[in-house]
Formats: sequence, C-alpha cells, structure tokens
Amino acid sequence: MAMRYSFGGDEHVFVEVDEEMSLNAFFKSLSITNAVRESRIKGVTEICPANASFQIKFDPDLIGPDDMLRELQRLESAADTTDVSLKTRIIEIPVLYNDPWTRETLMRFRERHQDPAATDIEYAARINNFASVDDFIAAHSGSPWFVSMVGFVAGLPFLYQMVERSRQIEAPKYLRPRTDTPKLTIGHGGCFSCIYSVRGAGGYQMFGITPMPIYDPRQEIGYLREFMALFRPGDMVKWKPITLDAYHDAVADVEAGRLAPLMRDVTFSLTEFERDIDGYNRKLEKALHGH
Amino acid sequence: MGIEIIDPGLATTVQDLGRPGYYHIGIPLSGGMDRLALQAANLLAGNDPGAAVLEAVFMGPQIAFAADRMVAVTGAELPPKVDGEPRATWTSFRVKAGQTLSFDFLKKGARAYIAIGGGIDVPVVLGSRSTYPLGALGGHEGRKLEAGDRLKLGTPVPVKEGRTVAADLRRAPGGSVELRVLPGLYWHRVAEQSGRDFFADTWKVAPEADRIGYRFRGGRPLQFEPRTPPFGAGSDPSNIVDACYPYGSIQVPGGTEPIVLHRDAVSGGGYFMLGTVISVDMDLIGQLQPHTPVRFAPVDMKVALAARHERKALLSKLHASLS
Repeated sequence: MAMRYSFGGDEHVFVEVDEEMSLNAFFKSLSITNAVRESRIKGVTEICPANASFQIKFDPDLIGPDDMLRELQRLESAADTTDVSLKTRIIEIPVLYNDPWTRETLMRFRERHQDPAATDIEYAARINNFASVDDFIAAHSGSPWFVSMVGFVAGLPFLYQMVERSRQIEAPKYLRPRTDTPKLTIGHGGCFSCIYSVRGAGGYQMFGITPMPIYDPRQEIGYLREFMALFRPGDMVKWKPITLDAYHDAVADVEAGRLAPLMRDVTFSLTEFERDIDGYNRKLEKALHGH
Repeated sequence: MGIEIIDPGLATTVQDLGRPGYYHIGIPLSGGMDRLALQAANLLAGNDPGAAVLEAVFMGPQIAFAADRMVAVTGAELPPKVDGEPRATWTSFRVKAGQTLSFDFLKKGARAYIAIGGGIDVPVVLGSRSTYPLGALGGHEGRKLEAGDRLKLGTPVPVKEGRTVAADLRRAPGGSVELRVLPGLYWHRVAEQSGRDFFADTWKVAPEADRIGYRFRGGRPLQFEPRTPPFGAGSDPSNIVDACYPYGSIQVPGGTEPIVLHRDAVSGGGYFMLGTVISVDMDLIGQLQPHTPVRFAPVDMKVALAARHERKALLSKLHASLS
C-alpha cells in the first residue's frame, strides 16, 4: 500500500491510500485524518476521510501547498507505528427489505437496469450466488458494516461489510442513474451499501428502506437535535430486518418522538477482528444488545 | 420590516460566502458561485463583504420593499429597475419603502448578486446563511425563494447612493472563456494522446449546469489506460473506489461529458477526476450560460498561486475604493 498524493487545484490535497477497497486502507485513512485533526495544522479547513482515500482542504494563503504536503507525509509515517484500534459506536438500523416504496421506484426505472425482468434484490441475490432472496437478506444483515465514508449528499453513509473479501456482496450501479430514490432507501453499488439520507437521484441497487431518519436539517428529531447528521466515519452498523407492521410502528414512533436508536460505545481492534472475524462480530452483536 | 418576493425568477437563493467545515459529512460549502461579484455588491450596499445577498440565475426576481434600503446588483448584466425605472448595475441605488425592484432581461453572464443594505437576515445555520437546497438546509426554509416569501433585513449602515465599482475592477462575464486546470488526482488513468485532446478541444456548457456542477459537451470522448478494475471500484474504466471530490474537480463519467463540481458539490463518489479548476476561475464558471464555448488550459501550481495573489490584490483595491 503505497500512498499516492496529488493536489486538487490550489486548495486540496487528495491522498489515495490504496486503489482497491479494504479495511486496512480505510483504517489508514481514518487514523491519518484523525492525526491531522489533532495536530491542528494552521490553514486546514476540511478533513474528509473516505473509503480508501482522504482529502484535506487548506488555505494556501496560510500554508503553502508544499508545506501542507510535507505535514501530511510526516503524519503518515507517524501513523504507521500506532496500534489500529478505534473508539467508536455500533448502531442498529431497522430495515424493511423488499419494501413497497423502493419497489414502486425501481419498477419506474426498469429500462435503466441490467435485468429489467427482476427486482434489484432478486438480481443482486442471483449474481452473488445466493439460492434465495431470504438467504441474501440473511447475509446482508448477518454481519455488521463499517461506515467508511459519509458524503455524496448530506449525512449519507457509505458502508463496507465486515467480512472476508470472498463474502463481500458486489453489485454494479444502474446502467443509467435514476432521477428518483425514496428517502432512507438502503442501496448498494460496488462493494458498498448506503442509506440515502434525502430523496433524489441515485445509481445504487435498492434493497429496502429504514424508518429511522439519519439526517434532520431542522434538528427536531430527538437523537438529531445535537447534530443534524447521525453518522460519522468509523461508526458501525448492524441491520435488523423488520416486517411491514414493525415499519409502520417505527414511523409512528418517529413522529411521536419516541424512537431512540439502539447504539453502544465500543472499541474496535483490527488485529483481534482479523484473528476471528465471525467470533468478533458475534461479540459486537452481544455488546449492541447489552450482554 | 423587510422585503416580500412577488416573483422569484427562475432559481433565486439566499447566499453568503458559505459554510466551511462540514464537507466530511457531505454538507458542501455553498455560498455565491461568483464570490467576487457577491463581495462587490455587499461593499456597494454598505455591508460586510460576506453578508447574505440574493443570487438570481438567468432571470431576476420581483421584490416589494417595506423598508428604505441601499441596493446594488453585480455579476451578470441583469439590469435592475425601481418601479419600472432603469438603474445601473455595479452601482448603489436607493429603494424606498413601498417601491418594487424588478429586472430586465439578462444581457450577459448567468448569475446576478442583489445586495440589500443590512443584508438578508435569515437564521445562521452551521455558521452560514447560504442555502443548500439538496439538503434542505440554510437560507429561507432550506429552499429557493417562492412568491409570497417575506425576508427580514439586518440593520443597514448609511452609505451614499451612486457609488460605483471602477470598470477595471469589474469582470465582464460572457463570451468564450478559458478555464485553468491543474491536472492531477486520477490524470494517470487518461491515455496520453487523449489527455492532449482534452485540452485541445473546444467544449460547450451543457444545459445541465447548476450550483452542484457544470457539465460540458462537444469534445472527444476520453481513452483510458488499460487496467484490471481494483476491488470495490466497479467495472467501467471511469470508476474508482468512491472517494472525495475536490471543489472544481473535473470528473468524466463514462469518459464522455466532463462535469466541474461547484459550490453545492456532491462531496464524493465513484468517478475518476482528471484535475481541478484553479480556485480563482471558479467565479467565472458561475457566470457561464449554456452553449458558451470553453477551453480547458493546463497550468501548474505556480500559475494557480500567482492567480490567487492577483485576485487578493484586486479584492483589496475593491475594498479601498469603496470604504
């Protein structure tokens, strides 16, 4: 993993940690961006970790581009020696897979899809060699996911599943992007799932919908009152499949201000995770449920 | 006591100098697309250079005033009128309570900045009054203005009528333009000859040009260096593992139509970028009309920084001339 530095005009340094996605690349991006934040380099205005890369926006009137680059390279070599463990949160997100709203939307854009005769989830199940949609849902919701990037639009998390590469779900994006996606759709493109924080255009396959808002610019929903976006890079997500009735109940709970997400503070260790992936994920699941 | 929108025009939003610090959660800078014009309008109206103004694109709004205020219109050549009487652009003029500010047809450029003494007093959200419509954030109720909207104004500082920005300090938008680009990011993915073609071709602004990004058409499609797709990137040669997008970065989905991301940029995604428009030339993009011919010119960091210093000098001259 040789990091590649490039300037994005006169105000950004773009750093590709690795060309391909991996948890190692993500952790390196996260630990260096954390180090940048802590080192309070003057002139830095935005610190943006991404899946396998990161970006720093700076004011070249306060720090010259070459000095900025040297600071980052210094932090890169310092970050190599640190232990990869992360104080973070695991959050349960209820999902109604195969819901009527994304189904209605995907039917409207069928001619833009690889397989017009199937739904998105049927297509993804088939090309990932699952015997049924139920098996696919069991795999999608069976192991937790890392929020490896927040962005595209406000508060939208990109999620990378915490399993071996051979078990990663992969799916292409739509042939041509849709002009509409319901708010809170669970999407998937490449090896990433996402939650669409707002209604709008999108190219990811649509698998389901969550009743739990993740972005509230009015800051009226209880758990979004302190900050309008729920997710930060480094959070972990565990999907919980729910029924249509449970979905409606949860929507009513949101409206009544009763819904509080199930979330726990945890410390994640990459070394321990890699030693026994399924065992470690079971431990995380227990921590989530307070055992 | 403020203003009421009688007719909003095409897409008029409240903007200031933007909302830095939240790009890592997908909330872009926002703010005026032509920052120089926005600051000039504010200085003419007696405001802080970064006060909130109205940004009108292609068509002016019609606004009823309930208070006496100094007003200035800069940026695009969108001629203002007070109760039907013409007023000059780049020059401060008075609008009295009960009068209506309206506009003639657009002559040049794309975005006009309407500064009103005291500034537009919408709530500050995450440090800015700018509107980010995609996230329903900031400005007036997180959206573009609609007929019937009432906006409050701040307390004005008394300034003289008829103050004007000297001709050499105005930048006249329009005509064909050259956008200076620092090649980089994923430039190495583009085949060598194709990279030369990109800078040699004349492109035209596509109708899909807004505050998120400007799309261009008319040049030759890009050829890519061959590769095995990296895990997680996707199979198209223009795909990358989803990454951050710099402001001004030029992505070319499918290798066909370049898109330059602007102030309301999507903060990241899975398309490769071949370089970034230098910060000084971003204002210029905000004034491009559809079908305007555009050339991209490769420059190095030295040129980008020199252009920045020139811009700073111009801004200080503007401040000095209007204070």
